[in-house]
Parts: sequence; structure tokens; C-alpha cells
Amino acid sequence: MLFGIAWDTSSNWLFASSILPILLKGLVITIQATVLGFFVAAVLGLVLAALKASRLRIISWPARLITEFIRDTPLLVQLFFLYYVLPEYGIVLPAFLTGALALGIQYSAYTSEVYRAGIESITHGQTEAARALDLSPLRTFGVIIVPQAIPRIIPALGNYLVSIMKDVPVLSVVSVLEMLNVAKIIGDRTFNYLVPLSMVGGLYLILTLVASAAVRHLDRRLPKQGIPLK
Amino acid sequence: MDWLSYSTPLLQGAWVTIQLTVYSTILGAFFAFAFGIGKISNNWMAKGVSIFFIEIFRGTSLLVQLFWLYFALPILGQSIGVDLRLPPVVAGTLALSLNIGAYGAEVVRGAIQAVPPSQHEAAKALDFTQRQVLWRISLPQAIPEMMPSFGNLAVQNLKDTALVSLISLGDLAFRAEQIRNFTQDSVTVYTLLLFMYFGMALVLTAIMKLLERSVGRWRPGRT
Repeated sequence: MLFGIAWDTSSNWLFASSILPILLKGLVITIQATVLGFFVAAVLGLVLAALKASRLRIISWPARLITEFIRDTPLLVQLFFLYYVLPEYGIVLPAFLTGALALGIQYSAYTSEVYRAGIESITHGQTEAARALDLSPLRTFGVIIVPQAIPRIIPALGNYLVSIMKDVPVLSVVSVLEMLNVAKIIGDRTFNYLVPLSMVGGLYLILTLVASAAVRHLDRRLPKQGIPLK
Repeated sequence: MDWLSYSTPLLQGAWVTIQLTVYSTILGAFFAFAFGIGKISNNWMAKGVSIFFIEIFRGTSLLVQLFWLYFALPILGQSIGVDLRLPPVVAGTLALSLNIGAYGAEVVRGAIQAVPPSQHEAAKALDFTQRQVLWRISLPQAIPEMMPSFGNLAVQNLKDTALVSLISLGDLAFRAEQIRNFTQDSVTVYTLLLFMYFGMALVLTAIMKLLERSVGRWRPGRT
């Protein structure tokens, strides 16, 4: 019994149908962690990208080093670090928030590159034309560069959203009750790992196929010439 | 216990991590070429199997795959009367290489399809067989284009090896966890651990860059 729902082990099919509601509860946690992690990654990535774009070496260089460091170390270790080291400095967060923060930090290294590439993909001709029209640098960035970069940035961010979703099971090590952890607990108690773990695999497959299709749909729907901010 | 005394078990763990990375990257490269070439082959069997594997291993989480191979596969084997109990090393290497291989397969497919069609037409005009076109025309031009992505995937694979500690394989992350449980010295242990992974990733990146440069010779010369 888990989350107050009992299971029926008399046959594989009855077992599967009785644990589905339990797995779906885990799925809700998985999606919550994905969304929160993605939000942190999107915001933190923007900060890192802005720092890396700075003309001052003393700002851009450490930002680049931090990005590289985050990208080259495993999510699992970063998660352990946050989970065990932050409390020693008096920051005690629930496991779920620590996990979402770790996901966000890991993926901020990737999203910062998405922002950078999106902005750099706008040709110099655009900047020069804006300068010829006497637009200020700030206005050039806000009304010329960003609106054209957004349609390139959003699909790439969407792909990372899918990746974050696939990394959520790592959070099970700090006892977050996401879908895989729920399946593992059911397996531990019934000695039948095959059914719950296969169901988690199937549910993941459905989730990622739907999410990837949504990202592709979004990619087609976004106007390629840019989105005006006003 | 000072931090120097951690170095022996940590280095033992690092050695396991290095071995796992090397084996699963090589096996992963094999899967990448097999599934990548399979996906664009004219043989519907090879194509179907490749698409099936790529979708399964890209569409689900690595940790789910690892747990499935380690915990669920033996039960499946039991029900059909075959002993499918895998030792942690085998389950870990297999899950890592199939996972990274599925991602690599898309890189292989993309690079082969990016070879200009005029190359195929010229080869066909010279009466090359399909096999010759693949081995002598497509792959030598496609492999240099795959290398930057392969470099990223190799580092990804190194990071993913940390997950095998969850099926009780004594890799770097596992040893660190043991030391932490013993000493409760989280700050030192995890800081060391982060820097050790970072160092290994830098070395791996350098190796992949060297490899990239050495296959760069296969690029068609500019005339």
C-alpha cells in the first residue's frame, strides 16, 4: 500500500491496473519537478548568458568557467552537494526543492548557450542597419535582436525541457517520491520489479513523445521573421 | 581523518569510473553506427529494429533503463526460464552504452544524410556498389562532421556513469558516498568529487579534440 492505495498481486494485469493510480501520483511529482527545474534553468541561464556576453573580462571569464564546470559535472553529484552541503551553511530546503534547484542549475549551463547562440545567430547586417537608422544600442537589442532570436530560442529550450523530465528520476536518491522512486518502492515491497518498472518506461515514452511533438508543433507555428515584443 | 586519506578509495572509484566510461563509450559508438546506419538502410527489418531501439532509449530516462536491466530483466528471464541476472558492471555498461548509442545514432544518421547527394550520384556513375558507397564515400566524409557531437556525448556519458552507483557499483560517486556516510564530512568529500569529475571531463574533452583533429584529414580537400 502506498499513498493509501492498495495493490492486487493476484495476476500481472490486475497488479498493473491497481498500481497505475499510484504511479500517476508519482507522475504528478515528476511533472512538478520538471516545470520548476525548467523555470530555474531558464532564468539562471539568462543570467549566465548575460554575464558571459559582458565586455569586461573579469565578469565574462568567471561566468564562462562556471558554465563549463556545471556542464562537466554529474547532476547526481551536484544534487548530493546541494543536499548535504547547503544545510551546513544553514540553508535547509525540502528534498523536492533541492532537487528542482539542482536540475535548474545543471540545465542553466545548457540554456545559457541556447540564449547566446540565439542572439549570435542574428546577423551583423541587422545591427548595422539599426545603427544606420540611429537606434540606440539598447533599442537595437530590445526591438531588433531579441524579437528575431526568440523563435530560434524557444524550440531549443523545449528540447531541454524534455531532457529535464528524463533527469527527474535522479531526484529519487534524495527520497523525492517521483515516478521511478514510487515504482522502485512498489517493486521492493512486492518483489515484482518487472511490471512497475516497465510501466514507468511506457509512461516516459508517452510523455516524451507528446512533449517532443508539442515542441515540433511550436517550432512550426512560431513566425520565423520574429515576434514583436509589443 | 584528513582529506588526503580520502584519496585512496576515491582514486579506486575513479578508476572504475574511467573503465566504465571507456567501455560504454566504445560500445556506445558501435551501437550509434549500427542504429544510425540501420535507420537509413533500405532493409525494412534493420530500419524497424533501429527506430525501435532509438525511440526506446532516447524516449525514456537512463535511470529507468538502468533499473529495468538490473531489477526487472531477471524477473522477465525467470518467467521464460532463462537466467538473465546481470552483474552490476554488465547492466551498467549495457544501459550506458545503449542510451548514449541511441543519441549517437541520430548524429550518425544526420551526418551521413548531410553528405551532398552529388557524391552518391558520382559514385553510382562510377559503378560503386551500395556497400562501397557507404564505406568509401559516405562514412569518410561524414565521420569528421560527427566528431564535435561525439565529444559532447562522451562527456555526457562520463557524467551519466555516476548513476551506476545506484545499482551498488563501486564507482567514484559510490566511494564518495561511502566516505561521507563514514566521516560526515560532506563539504570536503563532495567538493573533491566535483573537481575530480571536472578534471576527468577536461581530459576526455582533450582526447576527443585530438581524435577530431586526426579524423579531420578525411575531409575532402578544397580544390
